[in-house]
Amino acid sequence: MTHSLKRPDFDVIAGWMKAGESVLDLGCGEGELMQLLASRGLCGWGIERDPGRVLAAIENGVNVIQSNLEEGLAGFEDQAFDHVVLSRTLQTVRHTQQILAEMLRVGREAVISFPNFAYWKNRMAVLNGRMPVSDDLPYQWYDTPNVRFFTMLDFESLCDEMGIAVRERMVLDEHGNNVTEEHNFLGSLAVYRIGRDS
Amino acid sequence: MSEHGSIGPVTAQRLSFAAPITLAAGITLPAWELAYETYGTLNAARSNAILVCHALSGHHHVAGYYADDPKNVGWWDNLIGPGKPLDTNRFFVVGVNNLGGCHGSTGPSSINPATGEPWGADFPVVTVSDWVKAQAQLADALGIEAWAVVVGGSLGGMQALQWTIDQPARIRHALVIAAAPRLTAENIAFNDVARQAIITDPEFHGGNFYRHKVRPTRGLRLARMLGHITYLSDDQMAEKFGRKRRPSAGSYGFGVEFEIESYLRYQGDKFAGWFDANTYLLMTKALDYFDPADACDGDLAAALAVAKAKFLVVAFTTDWRFSPARSREIVNALVKNKHDVSYAEITSPHGHDAFLMDDHYYHAVLAAYLRNVAT
Repeated sequence: MTHSLKRPDFDVIAGWMKAGESVLDLGCGEGELMQLLASRGLCGWGIERDPGRVLAAIENGVNVIQSNLEEGLAGFEDQAFDHVVLSRTLQTVRHTQQILAEMLRVGREAVISFPNFAYWKNRMAVLNGRMPVSDDLPYQWYDTPNVRFFTMLDFESLCDEMGIAVRERMVLDEHGNNVTEEHNFLGSLAVYRIGRDS
Repeated sequence: MSEHGSIGPVTAQRLSFAAPITLAAGITLPAWELAYETYGTLNAARSNAILVCHALSGHHHVAGYYADDPKNVGWWDNLIGPGKPLDTNRFFVVGVNNLGGCHGSTGPSSINPATGEPWGADFPVVTVSDWVKAQAQLADALGIEAWAVVVGGSLGGMQALQWTIDQPARIRHALVIAAAPRLTAENIAFNDVARQAIITDPEFHGGNFYRHKVRPTRGLRLARMLGHITYLSDDQMAEKFGRKRRPSAGSYGFGVEFEIESYLRYQGDKFAGWFDANTYLLMTKALDYFDPADACDGDLAAALAVAKAKFLVVAFTTDWRFSPARSREIVNALVKNKHDVSYAEITSPHGHDAFLMDDHYYHAVLAAYLRNVAT
């Protein structure tokens, strides 16, 4: 299986979107996802705080807005975008519920990917007395930007609590292959498409 | 010549327009002139032209220097030249002095053909839209159907924004730097104090000081001192001047005592020595009137719906005259219209004046954006 830009979650995310739709990519980095989506006929804007990444995104010819996530979202109108994407970033955001609510305020749908802390190798690492380090969790405990540690089950129960509907879910192992059973045990990276039904 | 060199010696040019131009104020200038400079070469397709719009006290001498006055370097020379962000190896760059100016374009100190005397107080108030209209005629004369880029800082950024509304087919990219979609009451208040300083100077003579062979330098000096305070940041002033005193200063008097006083007076004197008081009034009024959303009941997004350009909006963290939040208003209105826009918020201690400064990240952002502009 070949993946776009070595980011298998990008293929999943792009697969959920159609040409002509609009996307807001929160924490867009150097704009790799935006480039992929632009090549498929979507229009989009990225939000990024880091000056070096903003510069790289501009070099890559994507629309990037230099801002932190909270301020970046506040100025947009309700339901301004078809999709709002937060890839591999939710675990770094302190105000989890607020960001989820804001994403579904400005977007018709939200797409969220995050490393699953309940992946069996992560569980093994903790059983063996160490915090997990992997391709999807590439940091040491002392330098990680992650501030929220949660599993797929945790995320789904929060969605339930907040009245958010899970519309689609794709779970990937460490190699980017689809996981079809025992998701919360075998899945290293989870990608969710969520929305509000009302 | 080094990779990031100066454009070298440049020559100011002047173009006369025989066709009358009617301004927003309802007054028609029967004949008028624009002073301008160009750098680089217009390509065969005439698709590599950049218009640089100036701010309140700017003019057409944007880059390079004059052979007979090598210290007179263009005001945005750090940005324009071979290998610089506005790369004259790729782009044909045009600087222009706006109508109402005092650097060679038709303005209050020009001769009014109807009277044979300087226009003075009779020169009409000009708006940002008037400038776009005049600049479009300059583009016609230069054979430029559409600008690859219109760029400006502060009041210049407002012109770039207005171009996308008034002439959407003639601008492919707008670089709107340290600007705002409209002035706040506080902004207008500062401008009015500056104007009052000029108008109440006894040597202003209702704007017709030319015939008295005097200049309202005291008023102009105060106006500039006030303006200058708003172009700097509190942090920068604290760092640069703090409460430092002049070594020779006395105390318990009203002479020049603190360093900041000395600095402001120097800036005021320098400016009052060469700038035209009527032009200052006109430029501040153009700022006050600028409000493209006004035509759409205050809805900026509705005003920008006609735009076809792609945008780069840039703001500076310590700019309190036109703060980053004001630039975000522009960005949000553009996104609402699904226009292409990038926004960079530059961390800088230099306040509003930062747009003129040589900052590595700021210039890298402009260079990166402009490298993707097709010529």
